[in-house]
Amino acid sequence: MSKNYFEIKRAGINTTFQDRGRNNLYHIGIPFSGAMDDRNFKISNKLVGNEINFPVIEFAYQGPCLKYFGDNINFAITGDVKFVIKKNDKIIEGNCYQSFTLQNEDKLDIISTNKSVYGYLAISGEFNLEYQWSSCSTNTKANIGANKGKKIEVSQKLYISKINKDLSDKKLNYINTRIENIRVIKGTNFDYFSEEGKNIFFEKEFVVSKLSDRMGMRLEGPKIENIIDTNIKSEGLIKGVIQVPADGNPIIMLSDHGTIGGYPKIGVVISADYDKLVQMTPGSKIKFKEVELDSAETLFKLYELETQNLISQI
Amino acid sequence: MIKNISNLGDAALYCDFGNEVNKEINSKVIRYFKSIQKQNIDGINNLTPSYNKLIISFDLRKKNFQDIKKLIENLDIINEDKIKSNKIKIPVCCDENFCLDINRLEEKLKITRDKIYEKFFGKEFFCYMTGFIAGMPFLGDLDNELRAKRLETPRVKVPKGSVGLTEQFANIYTFESPGGWNIIGNTPIIIFDSSKENNPNLVNPGDEVIFEQITRDQYNNYNE
Repeated sequence: MSKNYFEIKRAGINTTFQDRGRNNLYHIGIPFSGAMDDRNFKISNKLVGNEINFPVIEFAYQGPCLKYFGDNINFAITGDVKFVIKKNDKIIEGNCYQSFTLQNEDKLDIISTNKSVYGYLAISGEFNLEYQWSSCSTNTKANIGANKGKKIEVSQKLYISKINKDLSDKKLNYINTRIENIRVIKGTNFDYFSEEGKNIFFEKEFVVSKLSDRMGMRLEGPKIENIIDTNIKSEGLIKGVIQVPADGNPIIMLSDHGTIGGYPKIGVVISADYDKLVQMTPGSKIKFKEVELDSAETLFKLYELETQNLISQI
Repeated sequence: MIKNISNLGDAALYCDFGNEVNKEINSKVIRYFKSIQKQNIDGINNLTPSYNKLIISFDLRKKNFQDIKKLIENLDIINEDKIKSNKIKIPVCCDENFCLDINRLEEKLKITRDKIYEKFFGKEFFCYMTGFIAGMPFLGDLDNELRAKRLETPRVKVPKGSVGLTEQFANIYTFESPGGWNIIGNTPIIIFDSSKENNPNLVNPGDEVIFEQITRDQYNNYNE
C-alpha cells in the first residue's frame, strides 16, 4: 500500500467517487452516473493539474472531514462550499476555486455546501481506485464502481497511488450563479395532460422536495392533471426527463436514474441547464420555461464554450 | 419499420414502433437495437430498447438530433434470422419463505397455487427488455389466468433472486430493491454479475427463458 493516504474522520452525507460516468449500458439497466455537476467536476481537476475527467470525491450538503498522511499534495474544492484546513493549532479558512497544499497530518474539514447541493474535492494525483466499465463512478444502488460501489465511510483510508510533480498554485475567479428558471423541451407525452395541467407546468412555481437524491428530484406544487392514462408502457429514460405519476407531482430523472420507467413524460430539461438544476436544494423554487430544440442546441453550445473558457483560464 | 422518430429533449432520439406490447413489435425494436449497436457509431452514448420503443441518447458535443436521425433512417437493419438468441433455464424454489405473494395471487386470481405453478413452469418466455434496475429481465407472456396487478403498496425491500409476476410479465430481482411485483419464488442463480464486464446479464433482450421448479434442498445445494 502507498504511504500517502487520507483517513476519513467524518464521512459526510453522501460522499462518493465520481468521474465522467459510463456509457453504453442503459440496455442492461445500468445508468450513466458520473459527477452530477459536470462543470464544477472538470474545473476541480484542472485546478490541481489533472486531466479534466479524473475521478474526484463528490459530496452533498455536509462534506467529509479527512486527515492526510504523506508527502505534500495539492487539493482544490469547487462548488459553493465552506471548508477549513487545520494545521497543528492553526485553522485556515478555505476558498473554493483555489488550490491549497496539505502536509503530513493536516486535516481538511469540508463543513457544508452553502445553498447548493454538490461540491467536488480533487487532489493533485490519483486515488487508488477500481474501474468498472472504464469508470470509477460509484452507483450505490447497484454497488458498481469505486469503493466496492459504496459511499465513503468513517475510519476508511483512501490511498493515493500517484502525486503530481507540479504543485504550483492555481486559481480561478468564478462564482456559481443560481437560477430559478429551468428550460425544458416538451416531452413525448405532453398531450396526456389537461390544458390546465399544461398551463400549470409552464406558469406556476414548484418547490424541490426533500425526497431528492442522485436518482431523482421530486417536486411539489399545484397538481398536474392527466386526462389520458397515468401509466405508459415502460420505456427508456434519460437524465433530465420529467415524469408525472398519478399523484400529479413531477419527478426529474437525475444521473443515477432507473433506466426504464412507466410514467408519462411531460418534458425534458435541456442539457445546458442540467448542472444548475442538480444544485437546487430542497425548498428552492423552480419555474419551467419552454424552449424549442434548435434553441436548446445553441444554448448548450454556449454553455460548453463558457465551460471551456473557464478551464482555459486556469 | 419505425412508425415515428421524434426528439426526447435535446440529446436523445425517440423511436416509436407502435403502442401494442407483443413479440412481433418487440422483435423489430431488438433488430434495430442490435443493428445500431453493431455499427458502433461515434457520439451515440446509449441505446434503450423497450417493449415498443427505442431511445437513442447521444453526446450533444459531437452530434445533434438531425445527424442521428439521418443515420438511423439510412441504416441497414439485420435480418431476423441473423439475431442470435439464447435459451436459458432458470431454477426457482417456491418454498414458503420465498413465495411471498402466493396467497394474494390465489385470492386475486381465484385459482390454486398448484394451478399457478402448472401454468408458470416449463413454459417458454421471451425477454422483451432488461433494465429499471441492472439486469432485471422483463419476460412475457404470462398465461391469461396469471395476470395480476402490482401490489397496492410496493415493498421497501424485495429480496435478491425473487421471481415476480405482474400483468403479462414475469421478472427477477437481480439485487435487493424496492418493488411491487407479486413474488412467487426465488432463484439461487446469479442473474446480474457486475464483475463480468463483457456480459453481466444472464438474460438479454430476445432470449428465451424457461423456469424450472426446484426443492428447498436443491436450492440450498445449488452450485453453478
